[in-house]
Amino acid sequence: MWRFIGSRLLQAIPVLLVVITVTFFLIRVAPGGPFDSEKAVVPEVKAALEAQYRLNLTLFQQYTAYLGDLSHGDLGPSFKYPGRSVNELIAAGFPVTAELALYALLVALVIGVIAGVLASLKPNTAQDYIPMSVAMIGICMPSLLLGPILILVFGVYLDWLPVSGWGDSPGDKVLPAITLGAAYAAYIARLSRAGMLEVMSQDYIRTARAKGLPEWQVVSRHALRGGMIPVVAFLGPAFAGLLSGSFVVETIFQIPGLGRFYVQAAFNRDYTMILGSTVFLATLIVVFNLLSDILAAWMNPRLRNQLRAQ
Amino acid sequence: MTTPEINDVAQAEQGTSLWRDAWLRLRRNRLAVLGLTVLLLFIFIAAVTPWIAPYDYAQQDLELGAAPPSAAHWLGTDIFGRDLLTQIMFGGRISLAVGFIATAVALLIGVTWGAIAGYMGGRVDAVMMRLVDIIYALPFMIFIVLLMVVFGRNMLLLFLAIGAVEWLTMARIMRSQVQSLRQQEFVEAAISLGLPTAAIIRRHLIPNALGPIIVYTTLTIPSVMLLEAFLSFLGLGVQPPETSWGLLISYGAESMEEYPWLLVFPGLALTLTLFSLNFLGDGLRDALDVRGAKD
Amino acid sequence: MRFGVLKFLCIVLTCLALLACGRGESNVVQGNRDGILHFGNGAEPQGLDPHVVTGIPESLIINALFEGLTVKNPHTLESEPGVAQRWDISDDGLTITFHLNPQAKWSNGDLMTAEDYVWSWWRALNPAMGNQYGYMLYPLKNAEDFATGKIQDFSDVGVKAVDEHTLQVKLNTPTPYFIQLMDHHSTFALHRPTIEKHGKATDRFTPWTRVENIVSNGAFRLKDWQLNRRLSVEKSDTYWDRDRVKLNGIVFYPTENIASEERMFRVEQLHYTQTIPLEKIPVYRAMEDSPYANAPYLGTYYYLLNINEPPLDDVRVRQALSMALDRERLNNTVLHKSNVPAYSITPPGTLGYWPPKVFDHNIEAARKLLAEAGYPDGKGWPGLELTYNTSESHLKIAVALQQMWKDALNIDITLTNQEWKVYLDSVDQMDFQMARRGWIGDYVDPNNFLDLFLCDGGNNSTGFCDPDYDKLIQHQAPQAKSRAERYAIFHQAETRLMEQMPIIPIYTYTSNHLIHPSVQGLPPNLMDYVNFRYIWLDKNQEVVE
Repeated sequence: MWRFIGSRLLQAIPVLLVVITVTFFLIRVAPGGPFDSEKAVVPEVKAALEAQYRLNLTLFQQYTAYLGDLSHGDLGPSFKYPGRSVNELIAAGFPVTAELALYALLVALVIGVIAGVLASLKPNTAQDYIPMSVAMIGICMPSLLLGPILILVFGVYLDWLPVSGWGDSPGDKVLPAITLGAAYAAYIARLSRAGMLEVMSQDYIRTARAKGLPEWQVVSRHALRGGMIPVVAFLGPAFAGLLSGSFVVETIFQIPGLGRFYVQAAFNRDYTMILGSTVFLATLIVVFNLLSDILAAWMNPRLRNQLRAQ
Repeated sequence: MTTPEINDVAQAEQGTSLWRDAWLRLRRNRLAVLGLTVLLLFIFIAAVTPWIAPYDYAQQDLELGAAPPSAAHWLGTDIFGRDLLTQIMFGGRISLAVGFIATAVALLIGVTWGAIAGYMGGRVDAVMMRLVDIIYALPFMIFIVLLMVVFGRNMLLLFLAIGAVEWLTMARIMRSQVQSLRQQEFVEAAISLGLPTAAIIRRHLIPNALGPIIVYTTLTIPSVMLLEAFLSFLGLGVQPPETSWGLLISYGAESMEEYPWLLVFPGLALTLTLFSLNFLGDGLRDALDVRGAKD
Repeated sequence: MRFGVLKFLCIVLTCLALLACGRGESNVVQGNRDGILHFGNGAEPQGLDPHVVTGIPESLIINALFEGLTVKNPHTLESEPGVAQRWDISDDGLTITFHLNPQAKWSNGDLMTAEDYVWSWWRALNPAMGNQYGYMLYPLKNAEDFATGKIQDFSDVGVKAVDEHTLQVKLNTPTPYFIQLMDHHSTFALHRPTIEKHGKATDRFTPWTRVENIVSNGAFRLKDWQLNRRLSVEKSDTYWDRDRVKLNGIVFYPTENIASEERMFRVEQLHYTQTIPLEKIPVYRAMEDSPYANAPYLGTYYYLLNINEPPLDDVRVRQALSMALDRERLNNTVLHKSNVPAYSITPPGTLGYWPPKVFDHNIEAARKLLAEAGYPDGKGWPGLELTYNTSESHLKIAVALQQMWKDALNIDITLTNQEWKVYLDSVDQMDFQMARRGWIGDYVDPNNFLDLFLCDGGNNSTGFCDPDYDKLIQHQAPQAKSRAERYAIFHQAETRLMEQMPIIPIYTYTSNHLIHPSVQGLPPNLMDYVNFRYIWLDKNQEVVE
């Protein structure tokens, strides 16, 4: 088991290195620089700006210098927000996004698992169709659509919940979490239904039933474990997707999260911010995928034994 | 026994292929049939739009501006006075095309990749999945922005760019499926029979992993269409004067309080399409599930 | 199990209902009571260093935290005493002497001196600083040479501290608008010890503007800054004119999403919005006692024409394109009458200057010109690309105009949108045929618009170059003896410019804000200038609808 984890961690380092390098050079290819502004910049001023941000060095020199800083954990100053380091911006924005993503994942899991399991127990009946249709609303309505509707209904007409902000007024986390989580609820519902259906037709379930166990124990004690494997395998990509897909929701609800910062950085050609967020997110995603894989492997009895034997 | 009776018995025992079984099962699922019907209807309308659209989609009527549904304009008009029904019809062509083509690209690459990685295991698996991790960790936004910006904005590139991002999760799912399947007895039997790897993957692994793959594919088409909406929202997807449901929805969402029809109707079109795809996908999943047929 | 789900839903709904009861008072009500203004500010500020930032959101906050030699009266736009109590201009217009208010203090209690200005302008003009607004101080003698590195010694530049409270300024040529420049944030004085404590003076990213470090001299002091959430300032007790300041504090919100901003205003989370969504304009106009404030704004929205590229190298084509547009119609329909059609680069009424109207909407004449140029009824038209930066409003205008050109001249225009940085790059490199542009004045004077099109104008971007035009703007106008004479010269120059049509003017900007009725002392003005000292909140004006 530990060899498995260890080897995966070791493999992660070149992954990150490649990510950094590719991103670094990709960004520089895109036209438009960080100091273009509507009022033309005097050449001397532009030169001074570029010198301060090391843009006057060759690409390779900038790259090595950046790697050097990175080894100290220094992600550099933001180009767009002078006086703020990238570390600071990420530290300000990430906790918000993470919290949002977590609540959204919770919403998605609750709705998704309940709907999926219910549906799988009596396929092709009303108990199948209704929960699945409700869960499906999440992927059939983009957050661009769902968000504004929720705002109108609950925020403006009923005036029950705040329409923007995060942590400023009570309840302002509800609508964004629902909007963001709704889409993933559907995915999770699907996966848990499919997983459960496969598991429920397995022999060991028949055995459990033949032993005389009540149905709900059959489901919860035996079937759920195996049935949730696809869901668990999906958690990694789901959380990663939530983290990077939160931009739209963050914009609609005016949430000061990393997603918003990040996309703005792309448009502003804020090189250091783009790179820094990429490194940060990439590290997170690699870790998450690893955890997710471990969990999935552990839940699959056959693979688990295989790993134990290593 | 008389000859007709022998024939009856023989016919009763005539084997049916996997796919014919599946089709019969699918037909019994009413929601899936409904979904299929609606989908085919939309595809048909999209195909013949240039001939049946009520107005020219660029035709403006500035003084009219955004007007609610009326006899002249069944679904209302946008802020330029352009007929919304026409916009939705033309937009549907683009949206459906993006959805299907990009998904097909993703499917092809993802399934093959994941199957090979999951089956081979060991170092091959490690390298292939590391590659997936690398691309996955590439900031998607930057990737797409840069691609669209550096190489110009055209539809083909949009398909490829979206497909190139979507295949990754497909590969992961396929791989974990294949990993579990690989342990099964029938695979061991095939190996001991001396079947080549490619044949095993093609004939045994992929068909048996099809359940979740089809499920995920039917989830991918909607997700692709939504991705297109997101990109259009940022001005990177479909460019005016072309239009798509995604573009129409993002315009409609801006002014939804004053002109709700601009949001509701394109939203309805997209939602109906996605529901249809999902019902159909569900039905297919049940129909193709070999194990489930044992009941 | 089914009932379990229902029960769960009931609990959720009950919780939501309970939340509704605990909503509390709105920002507006609370703000009116405590004297706090809740201000929708557009984008998250890039920073607070006046020698680094370039945007409007930043300048608004800086205007609250700092004060310049002069301050603008928001009603009349005339310059009023700020840090400078009074000033004398010499007869030849080349020397200005500012007498500083001896009561003017920094927020840490230090007294302000003339030396503060000398040092600060050294920093502002220093090439190493990379100040994109350094050109505001170019009227100073030798300032441009110092900023471009031609001279190294700052004592050659025309600013000197005669004594602790007297600042003497020497100009290159008489500059009537120089006093106005003194209320622009790029000319503000900064506190030297604070800046030097946190790094090199010309470093762009030192933490001197952090809440715990910053020292400023304005009516308000920085209290709190939560990135991307809010920035709060509170009334300063060291400000020389503090008795006149009625607000106790201001909270600036980064409201980038304009639909969101309007909703925040509607549920009374904001007193003031930066702008208003187009489709809401008729709705607000129709209200009685409408909070919608629409006023002329010193700026022009136009399309740049790259006159080096065919088919735009033929002046008849350019004129035809311009005359074929029905600006009135665009304004009345798509823009909901919120702006003013423009036929020249300088906004009408700029400090009493009225630009020439060299052409009008005339489809017949346009068609004739196009035919003369070789494209009768659009035949043989090679196509033309319009580049604009991604934005809902630019798109709306572009789509409408694209159709107008098609209907009037039977020519095809393709639209290309690029996101902001790419678009700026394209314009800078002249990599476009027709590009959307907007120019907002930094000070109220026609010169601010006309010097755009000098041969070496950094923001020219059209390829237009007329030595006679340059002579009028750069030599003759500054020498004029009276405003009337000066404006006559400008009029002549602008006529020359518009006859060549290197741009297609579309409309003159207006400022559009939603302002809660309880806000007093915030009159609309041409610069959309907000003077926070004049603002106060009237509790009795609470009910909006």
